[in-house]
Amino acid sequence: MKFNRIIKTIFMADFISGLVIATKNIFKTKKTINYPFEKGKISPRVRGEHALRRYPNGEERCIACKLCEAVCPAQAITIESEIRSDGSRKTTRYDIDMLKCIYCGLCEESCPVEAIVQGPNFEFATETREELYYNKQKLLDNGDKWEASLAENLKADAPFN
Amino acid sequence: MFYLNVFLGELYKIIFLLLPVLVSVALIVWLDRRVWAFVQKRKGPNVVGPFGLFQTLADALKYIFKEIIIPASANKIIFILAPIITLTLALIAWAVIPFSEEMVLADINVGILYLFAVSSLSVYGIIMGGWASNSKYPFLGAIRSAAQMVSYEVSIGIIIINVLLCVGSLNLNKIVLAQSEIWFIFPLFPMFVIFFISALAETNRPPFDLPEAESELVAGYQTEYSGMMYAMFWLGEYANILLLCSLGSILFLGGWLSPINIYPINLLPGAFWMIFKIISLFVLFSLVKAIVPRYRFDQLMRLGWKIFLPLSLTWLILTASFLFFLDMLPKVN
Repeated sequence: MKFNRIIKTIFMADFISGLVIATKNIFKTKKTINYPFEKGKISPRVRGEHALRRYPNGEERCIACKLCEAVCPAQAITIESEIRSDGSRKTTRYDIDMLKCIYCGLCEESCPVEAIVQGPNFEFATETREELYYNKQKLLDNGDKWEASLAENLKADAPFN
Repeated sequence: MFYLNVFLGELYKIIFLLLPVLVSVALIVWLDRRVWAFVQKRKGPNVVGPFGLFQTLADALKYIFKEIIIPASANKIIFILAPIITLTLALIAWAVIPFSEEMVLADINVGILYLFAVSSLSVYGIIMGGWASNSKYPFLGAIRSAAQMVSYEVSIGIIIINVLLCVGSLNLNKIVLAQSEIWFIFPLFPMFVIFFISALAETNRPPFDLPEAESELVAGYQTEYSGMMYAMFWLGEYANILLLCSLGSILFLGGWLSPINIYPINLLPGAFWMIFKIISLFVLFSLVKAIVPRYRFDQLMRLGWKIFLPLSLTWLILTASFLFFLDMLPKVN
């Protein structure tokens, strides 16, 4: 061993410098987020829970083109449609099996009218499997509930589409 | 009737000693986790109760309600006995620790010897646990632990002799009183450092937590334990750590003596200073846990036998000759 090394070992220089660093760190701001009470920042692109959006006049956006159903790699989406009395094509059934879904975001990407979107909500754990088979009503409700942040996120992401 | 009165009187004293010890063990686990987290810029447990103070109680409650699993091939009696012995030995040692001149359960003349004997015995709990589990990880962990504790007890013993040479008594109160002029940490500073490191090894704390090195031995001798039996090991471990912290403060930091003998400060009770010193030492224990990587087993043995033992022996001879030639040996009465 070199002389310097021996002196360092005897006076435990490494240990003491470690102790100093540790003591300094004690007084630094903590990186931990108190999760349920405070949440981290999420990107406007985040692919969370799905929602079906409406036009401002209350009409559903979805035109039952079934592009999302076709593109879905997990085949989690099931759509049935019919022609409504006013001649427009609308869905009668729009189911997403949230357990099959892999949250890839292809449905949102394929949608020509921005009807199906993935919102910023990622806290939708349930106690039973059945609650995670979303139907049209649930998705529309989601859309109504999250519309404000959905529109904001779409706007923020628009320049990159 | 007389004996019953004596018995009840003692029982009352024992309960008033053990309850605070057990509660402070719970708090010290919390403190340990908190300090560790703070060094790593985390928050640590902060949800249960104010500042997360009741986290340990919640954990203990969880352990109580968990199932106790006894392996089919284990030696049942010894398997159950091991945590009980660990906890009991960790707790009975507190009988001689003085919190102030009067606040001591048993002011016996061989207090330090008693402490040393009890802490030597605590290795049995671990060996029994490891052997009775009849499984490879606990067995290896127990063997390691035994080797480690035995080696470091040697240097701790010699350090204690160092202090005793300066005091001339085995009574813990007299050791504290002998430091009223100067704490032994100042003349015997290298011994304090070695004592501190040996205490880490003695209580299986990081960086010497080889008996329970997760990466090699799962959880060492605790691998097969579950529920309350695991909690008892864990309680015993922390009670032991506190015990060595208090031993360190009695031997080197002047026990319940106040650091400066001026008017407003020396009004504080001795117990306050004792607890303050124990906690300060314990914070150092947890800081070390946060900053030092785990030793390899051969490094541990080398440190114990080739460095600490010769060093403390040399220092013992130095102390003895210093005291002898300057005619400062304590008067034996």
